[in-house]
Amino acid sequence: MKKVLGNKKAIALYMVPGLLLYTCFLIVPVIWSFYYTVFDGSPGIKWQFCGLDNYIKLFTDKQFMQALIVNCKYIVIVMTGQILLGLAMALMFHFWLRHCKSLVRTIVFFPVVLPVVAVAQLFTKIYEVQPYYGLLNSVLANIGLEKHVQAWLGQKSTALGSLSAMDIWTSIGFYAIIFYGALLDVSQDVVEAARIDGARSFQLFRYILLPLIRPIMVVCLVFSFTGTVKMFDSALALTGGGPSGATKSLSLYMYSVAFTYSKVGYASIIAIVVFLICVVGSFFIKKLDRDVTC
Amino acid sequence: MNANNHLKIKKKIKRFFITLLILFVVFVDIYPLFWMITASLKQPSEFVTKAAYALNSGFYFQNYIDAWTKGNMSLFFRNSLMNTCVSIVFITMITVTMSFALVKMDWKLRKIADQYIAFGIMVPFTTAMIPLFQIFSKMHLIDTRTCLILIYVSTSVSFSVFLTSGYMRSLSDEILEAAVIDGCGIHGLLFRIVIPLIKNAIITNVVIQFFFKWNDLLAAMTFVSSKRLKTVQTGLLYFTDEFGTKNWGAIFASVSICVIPMLIMYLFLNKRVIEGMTAGATKG
Repeated sequence: MKKVLGNKKAIALYMVPGLLLYTCFLIVPVIWSFYYTVFDGSPGIKWQFCGLDNYIKLFTDKQFMQALIVNCKYIVIVMTGQILLGLAMALMFHFWLRHCKSLVRTIVFFPVVLPVVAVAQLFTKIYEVQPYYGLLNSVLANIGLEKHVQAWLGQKSTALGSLSAMDIWTSIGFYAIIFYGALLDVSQDVVEAARIDGARSFQLFRYILLPLIRPIMVVCLVFSFTGTVKMFDSALALTGGGPSGATKSLSLYMYSVAFTYSKVGYASIIAIVVFLICVVGSFFIKKLDRDVTC
Repeated sequence: MNANNHLKIKKKIKRFFITLLILFVVFVDIYPLFWMITASLKQPSEFVTKAAYALNSGFYFQNYIDAWTKGNMSLFFRNSLMNTCVSIVFITMITVTMSFALVKMDWKLRKIADQYIAFGIMVPFTTAMIPLFQIFSKMHLIDTRTCLILIYVSTSVSFSVFLTSGYMRSLSDEILEAAVIDGCGIHGLLFRIVIPLIKNAIITNVVIQFFFKWNDLLAAMTFVSSKRLKTVQTGLLYFTDEFGTKNWGAIFASVSICVIPMLIMYLFLNKRVIEGMTAGATKG
């Protein structure tokens, strides 16, 4: 038994191709990007060592600050939407839905698997005002709310909100299904007992269900956080970062610095900042959970 | 009696509103897609004369023909299918062998290798992207299918191995032992015993990787620029430039062409998709 499973040749054959690809095209580039941060320009063209200049530049760069603020707003809006609405939806399905449970589950999850670009094209048309009214504006115009007809994606005040609405629409099914699964795992006896003891719906939720689904809640928060920090695809496809930077996230800014302005070194720092925010944020969410439990 | 009746009516009213609320949620999820399909079948004049939410008055399939030929969707579609399928073949081979070696086989650095692979789940692709671009341009692989496939395979190793290892762990050691005692070699063990037993896990992984790769935008738009290699996603991104802002019918038809394969796959495989995608959260 040991001899067969300890077969060195077989282990090498099974592990090496995958490890090689994974190392060469994911891990090495990540480490390499740290090395890039101390250079100015782009490799081959005006590539020179510049010490910590890029790091200093980061703190004085207004565009970076703007992207950071936009990204933070987006994180707050979308995380709140995903977690709260997802949880509300899961509670609704669990307690109120009696028929067609699996059908509703299937429908609600569907937007999650759609390509972001297709969804963005669809939502562009929903928010459209020129040359024809899109879905939203045409509904508004016909129910007597003409004064709210506007270029949802064209103005600074509504662009980020419209983008967030789209992203919540696409991802909410994911969170609803995860929470729903967690609620199913809560034993029915516990809920019965609390009911008999006279717990009202809110108390039941606050003191019984919430503590019991806590581990899943933490996982969802981490997922939602890391997902929103990376904000890229949807913003690019829906608004392209505009109007005048109102939806330009850190990743979008990094992309334009690297590939439009060819400042590879500086872009690497921004990429690393995104990575660090993900790691540190997830760490704090997990730590917060432990502190509260104790 | 009266009070009882009153209570019953109250309950019924509550039930009615609850049903209404649930229907509303389902409606919000489904309606945009339904609207897209109806709009893809409208004639150009209908966008001008009628409100956007009006149903299509006929079935104008010319939009699909335009999107498929003039809009180059046939080319983009073929490219996406090619990239996705080739990378899934490699991903599957790598994942099955690696998770077998990591979970069931017996070697010294196993734990370390396992953690090393798991680390990749945390890494955002954007961080690796800039150096990757330099690496590939040194290798003269920018703007080729090979580079996209290499990226697809290497970025999905972590998640796939994580997913498959979970199933691999639940496989009992006795079966493997019995096979070995019967004289099965290591390769026979993997291909004749283990793979048939974890077939379901492999299929789940294939399905969700299909969705991930098909939906990829970032890698496709960064590493491929020539038109003949564009995928559905990058093609769609610049669609409005091609058709102008007025030809909504063709744009909707192209978006539908992109979405309908997903819809059909999802209809048949939704259990696996949901299971695979939420596995990252519920098992980790």
